[in-house]
Parts: sequence; structure tokens; C-alpha cells
Amino acid sequence: MVAVRPDEQRIVITGIGLAAPNGNSLGEYRENLLEGRSGVSDYEIRYFGKTLAGICDFDALKYQRRKEIRRGTRAGSVGIYCSHEAVTDSGIDWDNTDKSRVGIYIGVTEHGNVETENEIYQIKAYDYDTQYWTHHHNPRTVANSPAGEISLNLGITGPHYTIGAACAAGNAGLIQAVQMLRLGECDLALAGGVSESIHTFGIFAGFNSQGALAVNDDPTKASRPFDRDRNGIVVAEGGCIYVVERLSDAKARRAEIYGEVVGYAMNSDASDFVNPNDERQAECIQLALQRAELGAEEIDIVSTHATSTTTGDVQECKALQRIWGDKGGTTALNNTKSFIGHAMGAAGALELAGNLPAFVDRVCHATINLDNIDPECNLPGIVANQPRKLEKVDYILNNSFGMLGINSVVIVGRI
Amino acid sequence: MTSEEIREAVRNILADIAPDEDLSDLKEDVAFRDQLELDSMDFLDIVMELRKRYRVQIPEEDYLELASMQSTVAYLEPIMKDM
Repeated sequence: MVAVRPDEQRIVITGIGLAAPNGNSLGEYRENLLEGRSGVSDYEIRYFGKTLAGICDFDALKYQRRKEIRRGTRAGSVGIYCSHEAVTDSGIDWDNTDKSRVGIYIGVTEHGNVETENEIYQIKAYDYDTQYWTHHHNPRTVANSPAGEISLNLGITGPHYTIGAACAAGNAGLIQAVQMLRLGECDLALAGGVSESIHTFGIFAGFNSQGALAVNDDPTKASRPFDRDRNGIVVAEGGCIYVVERLSDAKARRAEIYGEVVGYAMNSDASDFVNPNDERQAECIQLALQRAELGAEEIDIVSTHATSTTTGDVQECKALQRIWGDKGGTTALNNTKSFIGHAMGAAGALELAGNLPAFVDRVCHATINLDNIDPECNLPGIVANQPRKLEKVDYILNNSFGMLGINSVVIVGRI
Repeated sequence: MTSEEIREAVRNILADIAPDEDLSDLKEDVAFRDQLELDSMDFLDIVMELRKRYRVQIPEEDYLELASMQSTVAYLEPIMKDM
């Protein structure tokens, strides 16, 4: 049984705006997830050269002027696009919403690398003379920048900041919103995660040096979590912002509700810079279940974090086995990175969003590119290559883990 | 550079830093700020682009000379005439 709280303490998702490599709206994204359409394609970036990436094609000019785009950052554009789409989707009377009571909580894996790389590249033409270094550097690279750009564009005067949480950040943004709403720090939140990572050569070169960057002749086959023939991560850009509010407020304005955040947890491995720790991941999942007052068997879909690296995939499977045991019950497992690659700070938020329509259609989208399952990842619940119709979908658990051993888990319930 | 070439150079810079603006009706003797949506960061962009494109160094005390097209061209003419 799920934890029971008064409506003022129950936090629900009432709007979704997203930009994914395979969709610029929840409807398009969900359709492509159900149809097995990848968003990974060939990509080239200076210094590193040819590689693969999940690239978004949303229309930034839909909500920004060209000058704003020039002055700001790609992460800001992603966030602004997603925020507008989320607000529209929520159906809220935005013009009459008190903007001082809106909070912006945006998860990021990193911020500033893209801008710094660009500027160093540009002053190379001036023999690295720093008098040619742009005055836009600081506002573009301050850590709150993507959230601040949303604030500027939408005229939101409540709190805004980013949550730096490596690849656990998408969940972390949502969790922050839940906490702030429960504390009464805001009445409405725009929360989730964004990533502009494909525009820094450093992330590709770094993963490549680590032996963790995917290579494949067919870009759509490159991201293959749990598959024996995987060879690394496909880096993606993207974003997903949720409109989050108290159930009492959502009911009062008769909002359509995607789901309720019934549980969450974050913890730390405290064991390694890069390698995950299945024991700590399992503890994080268990803590989220305890807070939700749910048993593992009550979870219908687990949206896994697996990034298509051997170590990461196997460790997460061990963590899942610690909670669900070897049999797995009726819980279905899927993975969105197999479609879009790893959207870094946006990953957790995007991966949850792609699963939320399952509350309505009871379909668990698949994990694609799973041709030869790694025996160490052969969990009974994995939904391989084709979507699966489930008996019921009442609870979805979303894993998101990151470097330096940061773990986040969100559980959303049907309402 | 002739005064007309300088005017064109400044116009090109403005087109880049204020890409949403229509520059076809830009008035010579009216302050940029009164006819275009420009803020202090944009003015720093004008200074930076002159430095990058033409290696023209404009000291901070002269920034006010860049108020309008007329004053900007007048200010730059002696500096850029031999370029």
C-alpha cells in the first residue's frame, strides 16, 4: 500500500515538455519508443572528429529570439523550449499565475564546458590573447545559467537554480521540486533536467579515453544496454521539464494529472569516482520504496539507468536483483537509452516521461538492440525489442545514477 | 577604409549582435539605443567585434562616441582610414 498524505503534501505532475533525439513532444517521443525508432545518428565535433550522438531538432526560435539564442547557451534553449511546452501542456492559466511563487529546479550533469571550449577555440585565432575573451563567458558559464535563462525568458521571479548531480540529475531536479512544494517554498515548479553535452568535444574524448564510448557502423544499433555486444555510451542532448504542483492545487484547477511522485531517494556510493556500487544503488531503491510504503512487487515498470557499458549495466542488474531477487515477479524492466543514447542531465527526466503514458495504455516500451543478452544482465523482467502489454500499471520506478557515486530513484504512481 | 566602408562594417556588426532587428531604417543621427533594442552587453559586443575584426582598440572613456551611427563613423574615420 502506498503512503497516504493530505492532498497539500501530495505532489503531482501536470505538464510535460521535452526535447529528445527522437521526439519534440511527449506524443511523438512515446510513439517512437513504442515503434522502436532510435534517435541516434552520425555526428562530428571539432578535434574529436566523427562519432555518434543523439541530436535534437526542436525549433529553438519557437520561444526565443535570435538574439537570445546568440547570447545564451544550448542548455538554456533546451530548457526554455521544454518549459514553454510543459506550461502549455499543463493547461494552467499562465498569464494569471503568480510568477513569484514558481520555482525552477533544473538538473544538469555539467555546465560551462561547451561555452569554455567555444571561447578557447575562438581566442586561438588571436594567439590566446585574453583581451579577445568574450564578456559573455561568465553569464553563460555560471552553474545556474540554464535555469536562469528559463527565468528570464518566462518572467519567473521565484527561485531558480540548477542541481548538479551528474547523470542522476534529471531525477534530482524533480525531487527538489517535490521537496520545495512540500516546504511551501513555491506553489508551482518547473523541474527536470537538460543537457547540451554533445556540443563539448571533451565528453566524447573523455569517454573514449575511458574506453566507454560506443562505436557502431549503424548509429541506431550503437546504444545497446544489457547486450553482450555493447561497447559504450552514446552521448545525447535533450531535456525534459515537468510542471509539478500540489494535488490540492491540481484538483482545484481540474488539471489533468500524469502521476504522483509517491517516493524518492538519493544517496551516495562513497566508493569510486566512476565505477558504480550495486549495494548503494539497491539501498537507494529500497529507501524510495520504504518512503512510498510500497513493496518491490508492487512496482509495475522499472525504467533502468543502464548506459550500455559493461560495468554500469551489470552493477545495476545486481542492484535490481538485490531488491527483486532472481525471479523478478511481474515487474517489467526497460531502458530508454537504447533509443536515444545517454542524455546526461536530462536522462532521468526523459526516461521517466517516456514511461508515464503507460499509466493510460498499460504498455511498457521495450529496450531495443537487445540481440544477445549478457548473461549477467538476464533479468526475467526485461522487455526486449518489442513493447509489452501489462495487466496493470500503477507504479513506475525510475533509476538514475551518476559519476562520483550519486544515485537517485523516483517512484511515480497512477492517480 | 572610407566612411561608407566603415558605416557598412558597423552595420554588419549590428546585424550580427542584434539579429532580430530591421536595420534598413536605421537613422544616422539617432542613438542606437533609441531605435534598437540594445543593452550594455550589446555595446560591449560592438567594441569586441571592432577589436576582433579590425584590431581597433577603443578605450572605455570613448565608449560614448559609439552612441549613433553618425558619431561612430566620425570617431572611427581617423582610426580606420589607413586600413
